[in-house]
Amino acid sequence: MSTAIGNTIVSLPDQSTARLPKRHYINNEYGLLSWLLTEDHKRIALLYLFSVTFFFFIGGAFAGLIRLELLTPQPDLVAADTYNKFFTMHGLIMIFLFLVPSIPGVLGNFLIPLMIGAKDLAFPKLNLLSWYVYMAGGTLTLAALVLGGVDTGWTFTTPLSTHYLNTHVITAAMAIFITGFSSILTGINFIVTIHRMRCPGMTWFRMPLFLWSHYAASLLMVLGTPVLATTLVLVALERLFGIGIFDPAKGGDPLLFQHLFWFYSHPAVYIMILPGMGVVSEVISTFSRKRIFGYTAVAFSSVAIALFGFFVWEHHMFIMGVSSYSALVFSLLTMLVAVPSAIKIFNWAFTLQKGSITFETPMLYCFGFMGLFTIGGLTGVFLGSLGMDIHLTETYFVVAHFHFVMVGGGLMAFLAGIHFWWPKMTGRMYPETISKLAAVTTFIGFNLTFLPQFVLGYLGLPRRYAAYPPEFQVLNVLSTAGATVLGFGYMLPLLYLAWSLKYGAIAGSNPWQATGLEWQIASPPPTENFTEIPIMDHEVYDYEWLANKTKKEVTTVG
Amino acid sequence: MTDQATHAHLDNPEHAQHRIVTPLQYFFVYIIMLALTGLTCAAAFVDLKWANAVVAVGIACTQATIGALFFMHAAFQSRLIKLTIGAGVFMFLVMVTMTMSDYMSRSWGMW
Amino acid sequence: MDSALATTDPADLHAGQEHGHVSLPQHRHHFETVEQQREAGSFGMWLFLLTEIMFFGGMFLAYLLYRNWYYPAFVVASNQLSVRIGTINTMVLITSGFCMAVGVWAAEMRRRSLLVAMLVTTTLLGVLFLSLKYGEYHEKYELHHIPGNNFNISMFTNPAGYGIKEAPLPPDMAQKTQVFFFLYFAMTGMHALHMIIGLGILCWLISRARRGDFSAGYVAPVENFALYWHFIDVVWLFLYPLLYLINRHPMH
Ligand code: HEM
Ligand SMILES: [Cu+2]
Repeated sequence: MSTAIGNTIVSLPDQSTARLPKRHYINNEYGLLSWLLTEDHKRIALLYLFSVTFFFFIGGAFAGLIRLELLTPQPDLVAADTYNKFFTMHGLIMIFLFLVPSIPGVLGNFLIPLMIGAKDLAFPKLNLLSWYVYMAGGTLTLAALVLGGVDTGWTFTTPLSTHYLNTHVITAAMAIFITGFSSILTGINFIVTIHRMRCPGMTWFRMPLFLWSHYAASLLMVLGTPVLATTLVLVALERLFGIGIFDPAKGGDPLLFQHLFWFYSHPAVYIMILPGMGVVSEVISTFSRKRIFGYTAVAFSSVAIALFGFFVWEHHMFIMGVSSYSALVFSLLTMLVAVPSAIKIFNWAFTLQKGSITFETPMLYCFGFMGLFTIGGLTGVFLGSLGMDIHLTETYFVVAHFHFVMVGGGLMAFLAGIHFWWPKMTGRMYPETISKLAAVTTFIGFNLTFLPQFVLGYLGLPRRYAAYPPEFQVLNVLSTAGATVLGFGYMLPLLYLAWSLKYGAIAGSNPWQATGLEWQIASPPPTENFTEIPIMDHEVYDYEWLANKTKKEVTTVG
Repeated sequence: MTDQATHAHLDNPEHAQHRIVTPLQYFFVYIIMLALTGLTCAAAFVDLKWANAVVAVGIACTQATIGALFFMHAAFQSRLIKLTIGAGVFMFLVMVTMTMSDYMSRSWGMW
Repeated sequence: MDSALATTDPADLHAGQEHGHVSLPQHRHHFETVEQQREAGSFGMWLFLLTEIMFFGGMFLAYLLYRNWYYPAFVVASNQLSVRIGTINTMVLITSGFCMAVGVWAAEMRRRSLLVAMLVTTTLLGVLFLSLKYGEYHEKYELHHIPGNNFNISMFTNPAGYGIKEAPLPPDMAQKTQVFFFLYFAMTGMHALHMIIGLGILCWLISRARRGDFSAGYVAPVENFALYWHFIDVVWLFLYPLLYLINRHPMH
């Protein structure tokens, strides 16, 4: 059957006879309550999928409004303080309600038990709870929005947030505080699961790299998030009672806020990117039909990122009056943290080398990831260089930097993963041509949006203003045009993925000929995942093992 | 369970044989904890100059360690659990030392 | 070997004879053995305590910084706390920790009434701690030592007027006592909040223990709760010297 598709590895079953499995996790039980009270990690993953998509489009709407406002140099669409609320909401939603929970919540939840050959995560109830906590945080964020918004920026900077604003800072801070607990619970669950629930034969070095990167991200969630929680509590108390912990007039120190906030928020950027790196490893290996080059190095680089990620936070504070000696140290350490990321990029590139590469949609997204994340990471090194940062900080250069890593990296990886595992999650294929079109559209739209911002920032345009000098208009118009294309690129998957639920080709258990355990069971998987606990008797990414297995299957069946 | 499996359990760093501590043992720990509390309180009333703080924190750390090891059974846990505790303490120390490194190299003592 | 590893039939798991374990109704399907479940539970609990270390850690960091900056204010303000109540409370907490530990032992030994008795004692000691704490808070309220707009520094600028043997602080340093009191309330308040949550769980555990839920070999909830309770004690063991005992010997 694979010939029907052309130059790909896709091997779909004969569509005229193919059937979805009679009983699987989706049709196992019916009714809203069976979803809202489910303890099945796969169903919880779908709950997350709906909710993060919802929040993504709300955050996206704000991005659209921001770009629309920036079409002209004057603040003419909205007043400056409304604009501030727009970018604050955009940042809060995209970071805490989309990027942090997206890949772990959806793909991690769905795949971690499948990949290690377990029936569920270690704590199914906690898993459901984490979704509810997430929804509570999300609802409260929306409440802050509906009640009139916040305009602190996603960073809650003091004393701005504690003394100078009368918007809904406390509501928003509590919303993020609550959302944080959701990621703590997810992190605990993942760590325990990966330690305790691996099937026989699944040693640490036989785990797919997806698991290593989720493990590392979970460590960050568990160790970092509580510090954010403390910080937000202190901000709320300061605002409520004027207690002065961050208020210089009363002897407090705003820099202490910055230290605490970035102690979480720098690791948080790795919470957002590490799971994405895991997706990329799986996809690249599958579509170049090779074991990931330097498996051990890639695995340990995830842990190294998690560790080094805690040693660099001061690079967000270089111009805030920190000591120049410690800034120097943090600048050096920042250079170091780029090394494990680079190791990954190089190893993926070497995996591609001499592989039999095919260009399915997930692979296109991954190419996007590799290119854009590399640019994002390298500009991160520019920003980490003390002297350079003094010129670039608080400009659009920073905005472009983190959008390259978070959108070009994190979001691309999320879409790659959704496409890659869509057949497993739903049992059906997405339409190939239009999804390739979507991948290319997002790539073009993305570059058009954010490359001009590097130039703008380099020329000195500060971020977070509704107005700008007229000579910057051309680049801003380009950026807004790109955002339109990008928005279109994100709408497409929403449409055709929904379409495919009914009309997509039946995928069969292993359409990509991938080696992971999740691909050796039916799609969609049965509720209990494995009818028989699997035994991992081969190395990970072993395509020969798969070929032998498939051959044997044919002989026994035929 | 087969012999082989039991044996595999023994060198598994993520696993520890379950151990039950008797009330008498708990009682010893309890007495030591009380004694240390008295000690730390008494030490605070003696002028030890800069060492007062060191003694106070030192005794608190000792108490915390004893509490974790025996009341919380950390002493009888797998290496994995011990590593987990270590990771928490380590990360806390990273946060403190790295932050203080900034404050201390910036006009320390001149406020 | 095969049968031990590839067990899948749920009925098999329930029976559990193959693993040489008691069959427990609390055993959940996705765990292969009861032991795996127990170890997963306690590992999860330890990871949760890890987040608690970091949660309190942020405040300890703030304490360390401001104590160094405003040492004179910290000393004087700390001396206004009652060492007696602080010490008694420390002992109360240690005792409650001891009872909790014996409670775990009682659960392991399947002694239902001892377990209930120990849990009840733990709860009562917890309540005692909180009442003493409430008394302390109340006193600070009356003295206007709660940070905020009503905070009053006159006791620190003019200690003699209050009959306190303490060198007066210059007004700007006296202001900084507010930082101390804020940290005092934030840290002990967070600690108290944890205790209140703990007391809630204790009540639930007591009712389950009386039903005999933990008298048949299934002790995980008691064991894991004990970890939480001991952890709160440990936090207090740091709060006590850091807040109450900064510098108790007479100033020169
Ligand atoms: C690869 C190594 C990386 C380096 C060396 C690096 C370096 C930096 C530096 C120095 C800044 C501060 C710029 C300034 O405010 O002046 C910064 C900002 C930022 N970076 Fe990165 N970065 C890296 C990767 C990432 C990744 C992977 C992400 C997210 C997935 C990310 C997200 C951000 C965000 C969100 C900000 C801006 C925060 C704000 O002020 O709003 N970075 N980065
Ligand atoms: Cu950073």
